[in-house]
Amino acid sequence: MNRRLAALAEPLIFKLFRHKVPTGHTLILERQRIYALPTRFGLVYAAMLLVMLLGAINYNNSLAFMLTFLLASTGIISILYTYRNLAHLQLRSGKAAPSFAGKDARFTVLLHNPDPLPRYALRLTAAQAEPRLTDIAAADTAAVELSIAAPRRGRLRLGMITLSTTYPLGLVRAWAYVNLDMQCIVYPRPGPRLALATAPNFHEGDHAGSAMGSDDFLGFRAYLPGDSPRHIHWKALARDLPLLTKKFTASETQDLWLDWSLLPAVDDETRLRILCRLVVDAQRASQAYGLRLPGVEIMPALGALHRHRCLQALALFGEPQS
Amino acid sequence: MNRASTATAFRPEVLIRMLAVLGLVVAPQLPRLPPWLVVVSLAFAAWCYFITRRSLKLPSLWLRILLSTLLLMAVYAHYGTLLGHDVGAALLIAMLALKLMEIRDARDIYITVFLGYFLIIVGFLFSQSLWMAAYMLVVVTLLTSVLIDLNRTRLTAIGSNLRLAASMLLRALPLALAVFVLFPRISGPLWGMPKDAYDGMIGLGKEMAPGLISDLIQSDAVAFRAGFDGPIPPPRQRYWRGPILWQTDGMAWRTGHSWNPVSRSGPPPLVTSGDAVTYTVTLEPHNRRWLYALDLVAAAPPEARIAPDFLLLRAAPLRERLRYAVTSYPDGVASRLSVTERQRALQLPVRGNPRARALAQEWRRRFHDPATIVQQALLMFRNQPFIYTLHPPAIAGDFVDRFLFKTRKGFCEHYAASFTFLMRAAGIPARVVTGYQGGELNPIGNYLIVRQRDAHAWSEVWLDGHGWTRVDPTAAVAPERIDLSIDNRLQDIGDAVRFELPHAAWLAALWRETHFAWDALNNKWNQWVLSYGVARQADLLGWLSLGGLSWQNAAILLLAAVGAVLVGMVIFMLKRERQAEDAIVRAYQAFCRKLARRGLSRRSYEGPVDFAQRVAAQRPDLAGQVHGIIKLYTALRYGANQTPAALDMLRRAVRHFRP
Repeated sequence: MNRRLAALAEPLIFKLFRHKVPTGHTLILERQRIYALPTRFGLVYAAMLLVMLLGAINYNNSLAFMLTFLLASTGIISILYTYRNLAHLQLRSGKAAPSFAGKDARFTVLLHNPDPLPRYALRLTAAQAEPRLTDIAAADTAAVELSIAAPRRGRLRLGMITLSTTYPLGLVRAWAYVNLDMQCIVYPRPGPRLALATAPNFHEGDHAGSAMGSDDFLGFRAYLPGDSPRHIHWKALARDLPLLTKKFTASETQDLWLDWSLLPAVDDETRLRILCRLVVDAQRASQAYGLRLPGVEIMPALGALHRHRCLQALALFGEPQS
Repeated sequence: MNRASTATAFRPEVLIRMLAVLGLVVAPQLPRLPPWLVVVSLAFAAWCYFITRRSLKLPSLWLRILLSTLLLMAVYAHYGTLLGHDVGAALLIAMLALKLMEIRDARDIYITVFLGYFLIIVGFLFSQSLWMAAYMLVVVTLLTSVLIDLNRTRLTAIGSNLRLAASMLLRALPLALAVFVLFPRISGPLWGMPKDAYDGMIGLGKEMAPGLISDLIQSDAVAFRAGFDGPIPPPRQRYWRGPILWQTDGMAWRTGHSWNPVSRSGPPPLVTSGDAVTYTVTLEPHNRRWLYALDLVAAAPPEARIAPDFLLLRAAPLRERLRYAVTSYPDGVASRLSVTERQRALQLPVRGNPRARALAQEWRRRFHDPATIVQQALLMFRNQPFIYTLHPPAIAGDFVDRFLFKTRKGFCEHYAASFTFLMRAAGIPARVVTGYQGGELNPIGNYLIVRQRDAHAWSEVWLDGHGWTRVDPTAAVAPERIDLSIDNRLQDIGDAVRFELPHAAWLAALWRETHFAWDALNNKWNQWVLSYGVARQADLLGWLSLGGLSWQNAAILLLAAVGAVLVGMVIFMLKRERQAEDAIVRAYQAFCRKLARRGLSRRSYEGPVDFAQRVAAQRPDLAGQVHGIIKLYTALRYGANQTPAALDMLRRAVRHFRP
């Protein structure tokens, strides 16, 4: 609305009051946290009133005086309306759903209006997020979802939010900075599905020397079209032997171990992305899977929670445990 | 920053509302605008509407520049100038219409709405009537609601935005009034006024020619109002003196040289008889230097002086409503005639009107005595078939001759001019006096309303031994003119004038009552709102014992008042949510008090629900009511139902609770 003026004044105000930006999961907008400045329409309005006043003085026209003063007073009273539209709002952090890198992370901010007056056209802005507009009925709560681009895996903080409004006349903008201390997990961007030539056999339990008693390897048989690529004996292929398919006792219900060390020698981020893709695919195929990263081991299982544990482990890989 | 990135879209409905409101803004100006401009503006509005509705492309910049240039040139061609009120208003409307051609986003709507506000103030230069003020207040509310529309998240019903706009304006009113009263007024314009600034003002001029006064008579506009301290003089004494016309070319009469510096001497002594009348006149601006007063004025208000022919003159043309107190002697006579005045009062054109001259010479031969000659002339008007009409036939050539001997249909100006001509031709010093005659009594407020339709012209003749004597030849033709007002609604061309006869019908009486009440209201409006200027402000501050403030102190006073009103507004508006909370508690306390009076006091440790159960156990008859109230109270207090409607219900329930 008033980008130009905001561009001048806001950073200054922000710098001055940066240390005062309230932080917490539940915040109430108190008087001293709300700032207000005229928008550029407010400035044009003021200039118009000045010209009107000069005209009224020149023509000594009582109604012109009256209209000028009435409009000026309305402009001033609108500051109170605008301010009141923000005052005493309660903000709470809501859901911060995990997302994949490259997609948008969605933070839900809960705005509660404790007053018998409805609030209108509240604008919520976060850095790099599309501003959201919302109304809140009297004594009601509105959930506002902010979408922020999540370029990298790891933790994404929502950071400071600006809650602002120009309601009702657009002549004044009142705003407040809040930090709801929200963060979400950003999973690695799912990598490409491995080319047949490079995919390791995650069912081979013995090669890593770990406890993989559940994998009952029976032997090989000749490859038939339609066999799952996961069951192809890739090492044989590497040794120029004819294509073989591994046979297991538990056959298709066999657990998967998605193992960092089984992946071809690519950089860490690519490995994480490949593992991410495998987790997603395994979950989608309803096949129990476990995850093994350096220093992390998650026993095979299925389900949304399990998927989240695995993906979170991938997201936070390499970060100091907090 | 480029525009696209800051652009805020608006909903097409908002545009439609704005166009409708702009139509209302412009409506009062329509009669003054050239018709082609109205058509062009309407076309542009329709174009703007279709562009938005159909998401069409805006006209290109070049087309807009071309249209702007064409429109500017057309306005210039129409008015022949670019300076003045009418042109200013037309240009502003043209600008508004052109602005409609480039409405792209919310920003343009803001600018257009601001132009609308500006146009309203321009409208006030043309009319400041009560109607106009009320109408424009509604339009301002509507314009403001368009701004609210722009700031809504979604399209809302017009009603709710209008209510908000109205309540905002209502809350702004105390502040606006404080500033209106205290903002220092200065006299005189800051810069030059356009030439046509005072064109709208009507009234008598310095010249009387056939047709000028009868044109004025068509107008119901108020010339002035006069409030009397004592009894109001009867109609026969209500001659309001205006410009005195000395010089004639046989047809038109002019003031002549009476205002040159030589005649700056005071008036001749006034021979007074009868009672003095003291009254206060509120004169509408007429852009002339003279003020009106009853014949003959004895004491001038401080802002004017009395000229030798007893006209009240001020230094500058009157361009704002003026209120002044005067004292007059209705029976007073000016009793001195200087040599130059006698010469001027006998001036006639060298030739023309031979028959009138011959008639006057004959009278002079036969009667000698001026008073008898005057009588003779009046008898002629009375006895011969002269008709008093607003629409006399046009006269070419010898005006007096044709009128006296041929057409015999005329208006007061015809009679006064011919009579004075005859007197001069008969050697009697005479002059024409223009002014107003009569006035309508407004019983509400007890004052006389004198309208333009009361404009009149009469004669004064010099009678040795008596002085200047008023003779009204019109009274000889149509005596009713003096007692009754002209009913100018029903005049047909060539017909004799009809007078407003007193109606017996109750409807007419009611109509007159309403009319008087309305005029009394207008009078107050004029006096207290429209003529609130330097003088009124000084009066008011003096009354508040704050008179004679320096401008610094006046500024401090203004700021203090603004500050006080603002603090009041802040408290009023921002404590409201608190109030709502308090209201719940207050209602509950009232409920507890009512029970305490019946011996059922709430114990300090008792919560509302426990208390209700105890009350219900002791007074089963109250159980239903008590549980209802407590349910409402807990819902309001602890969150289940915190709406204003619920609070209302709680309050009502407690009010009707009679244990």
